[in-house]
Amino acid sequence: MAEAVDYQVLGTRPVRPDGVDKVTGRAQFGADQNLPNMLHGKILRSPHAHARIKRVDLSKALAMDGVCAAVTGADFPTVASGVSIGEAGGDVMDIAHNVMARDKALYHGHAVAAVAATSLEIAEQALDAIDVEYEVLPPVLDVLQAMAPAAPLLDENCFTKNLPEKPDKPSNVASVMALSRGDVEAGFEQADLVVEGEYRIPMAHQGYIEPHACTATVNEEGKATVWCCTQGQFDFRTAIAKILDWKVGDMKVVPSEIGGGFGGKTVVYLEPVAVLLSQRAGRPVKMVMSREEVFRATGPTSGTVCRVKVGAKQNGRITAAKAWLAYESGAFPGAPVGPGAMSIFAPYDLENFLVEGHEVRVNKPKVAAYRAPGAPQSMHAMEVALDDLARQLNMDPLDLRMVNAADEGTQAPYGPKFPAIGFKACIEAAKKHPNYTAPLLEGAGRGVAAGFWFNVGMQSSAEVRLNEDGTVIVMEGNPDIGGSRASMSLMAAETLGVPYEQVKTYVGDTESTGFCNLTGGSRTTFATGMAVVRACEDIIAQCRSRAAATWGVDEEQVEWRDGQAVPAPGVNADVNPLSLADLAAGAPRTGGPILGRASLNAQGAGASFSVNFTDLKVDQETGAVEVLSFTAVQDAGKAIHPAYVEGQMQGGAAQGLGWALNEEYIYDADGVMENAGFLDYRVPVASDLPMIDTEIVEVRNPSHPYGVRGVGETPIVAPLAATANAVRDAIGIRINDLPLSPPRILAALGGE
Amino acid sequence: MSKIHVQTTINGEQVDFLCPPQQSLLEALRETLGMLGTKEGCGTGDCGACSIILNGRLVCSCLMLAAEAQGQEMTTIEGIADADGLHVLQEKFLEHAALQCGICTPGFIVAAKALLDRDPNPDERTIRYWLAGNLCRCTGYDKIVRAVQDAAQQLAYEA
Repeated sequence: MAEAVDYQVLGTRPVRPDGVDKVTGRAQFGADQNLPNMLHGKILRSPHAHARIKRVDLSKALAMDGVCAAVTGADFPTVASGVSIGEAGGDVMDIAHNVMARDKALYHGHAVAAVAATSLEIAEQALDAIDVEYEVLPPVLDVLQAMAPAAPLLDENCFTKNLPEKPDKPSNVASVMALSRGDVEAGFEQADLVVEGEYRIPMAHQGYIEPHACTATVNEEGKATVWCCTQGQFDFRTAIAKILDWKVGDMKVVPSEIGGGFGGKTVVYLEPVAVLLSQRAGRPVKMVMSREEVFRATGPTSGTVCRVKVGAKQNGRITAAKAWLAYESGAFPGAPVGPGAMSIFAPYDLENFLVEGHEVRVNKPKVAAYRAPGAPQSMHAMEVALDDLARQLNMDPLDLRMVNAADEGTQAPYGPKFPAIGFKACIEAAKKHPNYTAPLLEGAGRGVAAGFWFNVGMQSSAEVRLNEDGTVIVMEGNPDIGGSRASMSLMAAETLGVPYEQVKTYVGDTESTGFCNLTGGSRTTFATGMAVVRACEDIIAQCRSRAAATWGVDEEQVEWRDGQAVPAPGVNADVNPLSLADLAAGAPRTGGPILGRASLNAQGAGASFSVNFTDLKVDQETGAVEVLSFTAVQDAGKAIHPAYVEGQMQGGAAQGLGWALNEEYIYDADGVMENAGFLDYRVPVASDLPMIDTEIVEVRNPSHPYGVRGVGETPIVAPLAATANAVRDAIGIRINDLPLSPPRILAALGGE
Repeated sequence: MSKIHVQTTINGEQVDFLCPPQQSLLEALRETLGMLGTKEGCGTGDCGACSIILNGRLVCSCLMLAAEAQGQEMTTIEGIADADGLHVLQEKFLEHAALQCGICTPGFIVAAKALLDRDPNPDERTIRYWLAGNLCRCTGYDKIVRAVQDAAQQLAYEA
């Protein structure tokens, strides 16, 4: 463990800077931007899961009173494949064709045309007036069915990538990948026992409460401004510009407050359409999705089939592990099978393993990132298999994980050697936790699982401005989804040595702050936090230089201590310390305003590990699960604002419980989602859950000035298997597939 | 289509507005009256982001026609704080970090206010069932429930 460090403000729990506006209704979210003379845009969506679009006739819609513009795929520029927009959804051509279908509709709900009209009612009526001729094709809805050689093809130009030889026939398998080490077959031969299983999980949605929304305006000079709820204004600007063949510099993206994202707001849907409609109409256009549209046409994460085989010695040491993963990517490539494959064995020190991954196109929405994309599904398979192994070995499931745990110096399955990591510390903390040492209630079951996420760094900028009165403004470019403004203010206050209240953090638009990659990959507090710290150090350097000039000494003779410039020890200067307020007041005489800045491409994000366990009861008559307690233990490196770290852990636990117990996309045979609303796609509500207990472990990340690791994604990884293992413990029957909804549990119990 | 003239009381103020017959109260609040604090998460009464208090009852404003507001009294999120400052519930939500993204927060605060107005000392189970009509995807509800518990205690202490 790292040495204890005394901090002034890090680790405290102040009120977030944007808090008051969010509890009073003042905060402006995506749908809250209105402009004079504004039109309302709506999207016509395919009523078929798979169909060739033969003809789209907009003439009747355009002739209607109040309709000002209408577009189809033919109105968008041709975009070539091959340019990736990184974290923001993959290949630009795929994103463009997902935003608006061209020759084929690939899922029920795929955008086919759009209109802008003077009222929402007229826009909706205009959609009915659009005449589309479809040639309906058979849909492919199941990942294994889609992999079959005779399956109907989504895309005749899709040839499986990464095969040893270029295939001569197109396929729904967009790509394959493999990761291996050692000799798995030899490893299995050394094993005293082997467990294996096949585990299926259907598509699930991020379920953010705020539907996608944007308002766009294009002026006569051809400059666009787009207000939208987004996880990344800069990545959205890039995506919109590429899809519309615009110059990035002609477009300004202003991020609103964001009502949840979880990865789902890394991707553009409405924004390029709104810009095009505004350009055609010469008026601002606002577009807001309905909840049904959110379910049918955005988000979900991959439905998956994972097969896992694990061999171990009697002492629990794993000799070999093998996994076969098939992830639905939806209508276009982009399934997170890569991270799924790289994470499945990441918590363990394995000599022999093999993972084969497949990303498979099906006639369902294009998947988007969802919190630790790909990891919950694959790690569910591994953590369930390990639970079976622990039972057969008659070993405590935490002891089994400890015997195999990765530690500092272990080579990760995806390549690098881990620096200091907190997995063992999490296992130890879980084992000692009062919820774990407490006896189980009669009839209840307890389940344990481990979680992991890589975390990323990427590019960030920050600017720190000293106001005339010595107060401080931090400007950065990462939309604040869960309290990150508070974390930035805390890190700035700590670095400058001033009270938290003296610093205020703002999230800028693409023209008021430097480039930042999007809020995702659990990168914001780590990477943008690092930029904020560096920008504060820049301020301190300037303050020392100003103080030196004021005192007539060398810069090296000035130190920064407790928020003040003071003479270094041994410097014989009869002067009073200079605070930020003093230095700000003196700035006109010492060189002008004081402005600090930093930009970086942050390295060393620091992997984050967790251990979760839950106690639950199963109603034998209804199959309903009652969660009695849930305990999340996670390494945060350093918790800057512990309440928001706990919040990430609790929220991830709730999402994971929902995924494990209830949430799933249900399709009919024609590929129509049957539960596209919150009534039937049932996310956990307050009465479904107990308090969620958290324990933050702090194993310092050596790459961050304050030891931070990202914490946002790891929390959703372990709950799936922890819940599945607890249900197994409660009912004595292993159910491999999720969700563990009442009908599935009843069926396993032998009921109806 | 002719519009309906509605006279109603919002947060203690007399308000007049015109609405088409099919317009929801949520839409009238947000689009006609510019009161954007009340949020739309689903439009089907499943998420509670549009919660308001109507004549003392907690309702989803997306499920009510604007015309039905005639002669009624309602409280929206804009009416929870007063000139003296934040309501205790708002303070406790901030203290407990009971919000992450904040989109569901107005609905939760309005719903919790309606609860404490009728039951000043609810137990955890009552709070959880009362708030079961409000979806939050970020917090797992833990800190929201604690904030409401703490607010109830504070209000009891002040009473």
